[in-house]
Amino acid sequence: MPVFDTLSLASLPDTDEAIRPAIRMIADEAAVAAGTDRRARSWQGYDPVFSRRLGEAGFLGLTLPKRYGGHERGPFARFVVVEELLAVGAPVAAHWIADRQSAPLILNFGNEAQREFYLPRIAKGQIFFCIGMSEPGSGSDLASVRTRAERTSTGWRVNGQKIWTSGAPHCDYMIALLRTSGGPDDRHAGLSQLIIDLKAPGVTIRPIRDLSGDAHFAEVFFDNVDLPADALIGNEGDGWKQVTAELAFERSGPERIYSSVVLLDAWVRHLQATGRDDPATLALVGDFTARLGVLRAMSIACTARLAAGESPVTEASLVKDLGTAFEQQLPGAIGDDLAAHPDEAVDAELYRTLLYVTHVAPSFSLRGGTREILRGIIARGMGLR
Amino acid sequence: MNEFLEPFERMLEAMSPPAAVRAIEAGEPAGTLWNGIAESGFLDALVPEERGGAGLPLAEVGALWQALGRHAVPLPVGETMIARALLVEAPDGPITLAVASAGGEVVVPFGRVASHVLLEKDGQLHLVAAEGTPTEVFGNTALRVNPAPGAAVASAPEGGLRAVAAILRAALIAGAADRLTSMTAAYANERVQFGKPIGKQQALQQQMAVMAEDMVACRIAAQLGCAGGLPPRFVAAATAKSVTSAAAARLAATAHAVHGAIGISEEYDLQLYTRRLHEWRLTDGSESYWNRLLGAARLADGRGSVDYIRTAFA
Repeated sequence: MPVFDTLSLASLPDTDEAIRPAIRMIADEAAVAAGTDRRARSWQGYDPVFSRRLGEAGFLGLTLPKRYGGHERGPFARFVVVEELLAVGAPVAAHWIADRQSAPLILNFGNEAQREFYLPRIAKGQIFFCIGMSEPGSGSDLASVRTRAERTSTGWRVNGQKIWTSGAPHCDYMIALLRTSGGPDDRHAGLSQLIIDLKAPGVTIRPIRDLSGDAHFAEVFFDNVDLPADALIGNEGDGWKQVTAELAFERSGPERIYSSVVLLDAWVRHLQATGRDDPATLALVGDFTARLGVLRAMSIACTARLAAGESPVTEASLVKDLGTAFEQQLPGAIGDDLAAHPDEAVDAELYRTLLYVTHVAPSFSLRGGTREILRGIIARGMGLR
Repeated sequence: MNEFLEPFERMLEAMSPPAAVRAIEAGEPAGTLWNGIAESGFLDALVPEERGGAGLPLAEVGALWQALGRHAVPLPVGETMIARALLVEAPDGPITLAVASAGGEVVVPFGRVASHVLLEKDGQLHLVAAEGTPTEVFGNTALRVNPAPGAAVASAPEGGLRAVAAILRAALIAGAADRLTSMTAAYANERVQFGKPIGKQQALQQQMAVMAEDMVACRIAAQLGCAGGLPPRFVAAATAKSVTSAAAARLAATAHAVHGAIGISEEYDLQLYTRRLHEWRLTDGSESYWNRLLGAARLADGRGSVDYIRTAFA
């Protein structure tokens, strides 16, 4: 029997395609005002005004029930919206995590009060979330987290530190994976997820500047941070199970194939302007086009599993690993192509875009699970180990 | 899931085991296998119902083509399906496909086991006898043909016969890739070195994961190629053949690397599939052939990349 035969060609339903023109109009408005290298920031571009605009227009919380301010659309509608936003490099970072991961997590594992409080605000683009997973001693080995939440008479007290938290400097809340019992040797047991109000006393956020000069991620310190009892999301001790389910949302989307697409389009426009059409150039353009076409179809195939109510963790890992490898190959190949023609003028914006994507590309296969971790998951899905 | 795949797969399982594949490759008569497949009626899968065929959509037939690759079927079954769909009056017997080249001689896959070649020349289709010289590559059933076409029997399909053959080839590669991946994963779990199955070694797991990615990409690429029916849209054919051809060589390399020396031996079945992957990659245009054409089409289009790929297959 075929291996991984759950991944098979699927198409976007017409009802979901129908929302494309409306989201395109908004995405284009945001993109037209920004330079190419700005747009190349893709889902790292922060613009809370734009996020609220999307919320008001009904493009956030698409998959949430209407009673929580959502729109009761499926994963396919979300695919269309995200694809349109990423295709032009609209600044989506502010609401990104809340919309993609936090809202489904709260819907699936939160209690009624949590759903009623957080979900409508997420859907309106009023509150933004980040995810507290990595710690200084805990990267890919996530189960070794040490930051603790102890029960108190009124709720929880958190001590410890998170790091590499994307969006933390701008966010309202963090959903953190914390140890609520046992020690690091207990591994997956004793972990829980808590919602932390980042304005609470004892929280210190220190932005970390990255190699492109941006400061989208941060260190977050917790010094006797007191949280109410209802900060716990889901069941105490179920943190690992909940995080694993969450990662299927994180790993399967079009964001895992389109991170370099603004650069790709800028390079294509350069080739069109210069009229260069030697066989090597054409073959490179064709290679990128063919692979992008197949990756998109694979991402839709994965979305179809989500739409069928499954949690395609292995399939999502497979698409993400292949997609990020493609995203990473683009800047290297485009750089070589442009520099192989030193007598061709490269405009300043394309040059900045190329080097921005070149420099940040290593992060594509780090964020959301490293290449090596994903390949381990795939191997396990093949019956190895 | 299409209802024809399971009986088709069962038939191939029974009729085209590795021993039968080897025998036909070695020059034994292929009549028994061919007649069995012909009697099943599947050769007319693509022939419209009004002409007495099954009129199956290409998307479903594409799954059957993948099954042919999965079983290393040594006969031009997919090619004959295509020829019988394109010709109002097709001769009995295996028909293979070729496009005439300016250089004269062309390598025609399955030529040694076909009775006819459906040849495209100057926009016309010609039926010529499958005669030529063997390639003298071990196990290879292709023939070097220097065709002298007579009268045309039909016009070439829109976009050319090569594009049609390319999506068949993509599906065959996807099927063989599927079989190779299963075989290789099974072997990695069985073969013990350093006191444990080699599949427990992380270095090997990482390679196997990439193999699975290539295999799934091949499947989806082949499905994209077949999704729009006959004749395929140019972008669909180019994408399908480009992605599967590029992956074919990597898949074969990893399968052999994991199997070690046993995989190189004739008596082990791996070679039945890896030889085919290389042959099919070289047939009907490699990845670079299609990439150049696709690149030219892409550069002639003023839209963004996402819009281009989004509308190119539908």
